Amino acid sequence: MQPITVLDTLGVALAAANVDTDQLIPARFMKEPRSVGYGQFLLYDVRHDEQGTPDASFILHRPGAGDAEVMVSRRNFGAGSSREAAVYALVDYGFRCVVAPSFGDIFASNAVNNGLLPAMVEEDDAERLLSALGDAPAAIHVDLDKQAIRVAEVEVSFSISPVWRTKLLNGWDDIDMTRQHADTITDFSAQYTAQFPWTAAQPPESTLISKG
Amino acid sequence: MSTPTTLFDKVWRAHEVHRSESGQSLLWIDRHFVHEGSFHAFNKLAERQLPVARPDLTFGIADHYVPTLTRDLAGVADPKVRSMIELLSHNTQRHGVTLFGLDDPRQGIVHVLGPEQGLTQPGMVMVCGDSHTATHGAFGSIAFGIGASEVAHVLATQTLWQSKPKVMRITVEGQLAEGITAKDIALTWIARLGADGARGYAIEYAGEAIRSLSMEARLTLCNLSIEGGGRCGMIAPDQTTFDYLRDRPWSPKGRAFEQACTYWATLYSDPGARFDLEVTLHADEIAPTVTWGVSPEEALPIDRAVPDPEQLNDPAKARQARDSLAYMGLTAGQKLTDINIDRVFIGSCTNARIEDLRAAAAVLAGQKSRVPGMVSPGSTQVKTQAEAEGLDRIFIDAGLEWRHSGCSMCVGMNGDLVASGERCASTTNRNFKGRQGPGARTHLMSPAMVAAAAVSGRLADVRTLTAGADSSVQASGAH
Repeated sequence: MQPITVLDTLGVALAAANVDTDQLIPARFMKEPRSVGYGQFLLYDVRHDEQGTPDASFILHRPGAGDAEVMVSRRNFGAGSSREAAVYALVDYGFRCVVAPSFGDIFASNAVNNGLLPAMVEEDDAERLLSALGDAPAAIHVDLDKQAIRVAEVEVSFSISPVWRTKLLNGWDDIDMTRQHADTITDFSAQYTAQFPWTAAQPPESTLISKG
Repeated sequence: MSTPTTLFDKVWRAHEVHRSESGQSLLWIDRHFVHEGSFHAFNKLAERQLPVARPDLTFGIADHYVPTLTRDLAGVADPKVRSMIELLSHNTQRHGVTLFGLDDPRQGIVHVLGPEQGLTQPGMVMVCGDSHTATHGAFGSIAFGIGASEVAHVLATQTLWQSKPKVMRITVEGQLAEGITAKDIALTWIARLGADGARGYAIEYAGEAIRSLSMEARLTLCNLSIEGGGRCGMIAPDQTTFDYLRDRPWSPKGRAFEQACTYWATLYSDPGARFDLEVTLHADEIAPTVTWGVSPEEALPIDRAVPDPEQLNDPAKARQARDSLAYMGLTAGQKLTDINIDRVFIGSCTNARIEDLRAAAAVLAGQKSRVPGMVSPGSTQVKTQAEAEGLDRIFIDAGLEWRHSGCSMCVGMNGDLVASGERCASTTNRNFKGRQGPGARTHLMSPAMVAAAAVSGRLADVRTLTAGADSSVQASGAH
């Protein structure tokens, strides 16, 4: 995973609360393999009309938006479904950071696992950033080490869990980390199963047993 | 004497394999459910050429993409949908994972099937790549949804890194009145605290009203924890839990069951245990509740009117309400009972268990639905049971379609969609924009309330319907 330290890039303002994962990627696109590139599905129904015609006024269709790597939005960003495809859509579009006053829990974990920084800011600070960005892509500076964001004259700090910060700064991957603990897991599993033997899944004698 | 401990902490501690210097815990996973959408995770495993660490603790369920008109894969018109179901069969078979597939008589929605089969048990840590995994917490387990990277991690290691959430307790005191359900409890607390009100918390539901809930109602309540932003929701196991679990196919048997019950009975929050947040509701404050907007927090008792953004003091709330009313095609200040509907849907992991179907059928018996709609039972066993009770006849005679089990119109992945601009009274869990189809308008409510809406052709109060009163009084002067 690509580490994040400093982003000097373009930011876009998505001035809406509760941008849930169903909006970030409508369910009908999730049958596609990742190799097709999920960026094309990002916010699809928000930025297209029913005939699939792009809404030219939408922020992602403004000149320069294709180069934007930071999205600023309002509270409860990424709420809802656990679909990691919502993060794939953002990442494949080119985003490396989302700034909001709060995030859906599962979305934030998924983001970190894909090298997308979920930067949490105070609600007032989110409003200041949204105003500073305005309705066109604009320069933004994000510093993960210092936990700071700057747009023009507006400078705000953001919070992130120290564990996630370290992971993003280093581009670490969990599976590699965990496999270092393989022996501990094996020992735990043996002791756990001895203490709670019923948790071992015992297939029913007849697979057709049912209880009405 | 040891420090009083919460139910959540008891279960968490029993699963801590390792704690990192940074304070993250590596948790042991007792049950891992995968579904068609888990193909990204299986691909990640294949890229690293890793096996599934514990196929015996992993279970595959076909639910998100399954057709509800047929159980025959060949009958699925969309080749991409068909291949999603085939891919799950392929991946589970390849890794020696038990599959509850399309044509299996035990097939159902993962969060209905798990409890029904006895796979869900108290004191476990359970995960699935689906946000409604919180459902299983009704048994006193820690259960939560995860993303594809985490699914791959669990497949590879049977463990998961987690930061310990804070713990909140939602206590519902008193007894629920007739016609008030677990769905109404959930929508009420979410409306009060907000769709991110429980973000960062594990929730324990407690109090007299919760203790009196049936196992199925508890599942509905815990299911909706995520809609308030909670990491998971749980209820301490009790006799209701044990009675439910006895003799389920995958439940422990004989002496092992008694041994398990002895342990399960220790799973409760000790008196004096400290919670990071306490919220108390009184059962008599809870009315049949429906959503009017595009977030589950936009919910109100059925006898109220949708908000008028001009009357809201908070500019952020006013802006959100304006946007929601525009999407939903509603007028500021319109009475909820004046909202006409185009369709009903009874289904989903939230409200499609046998008690839900009985509640809806009780309202629909001998009546006609004024709008089209469909019923998709939560599992094939629920469907069989409902047919044995004659509930299918009630739905069909009312003019509704009786379908097979699956996630169906809750998420529309299988093609069961609400048309753009149509308004659907739904027993599901999300009223998000486009959730039931592009441009679809969803109102969430309990099964009996959906049935009341069906026979009325508009949102209606099931309490006045069942009292025999005609609630077609025209609104006047509603603000």
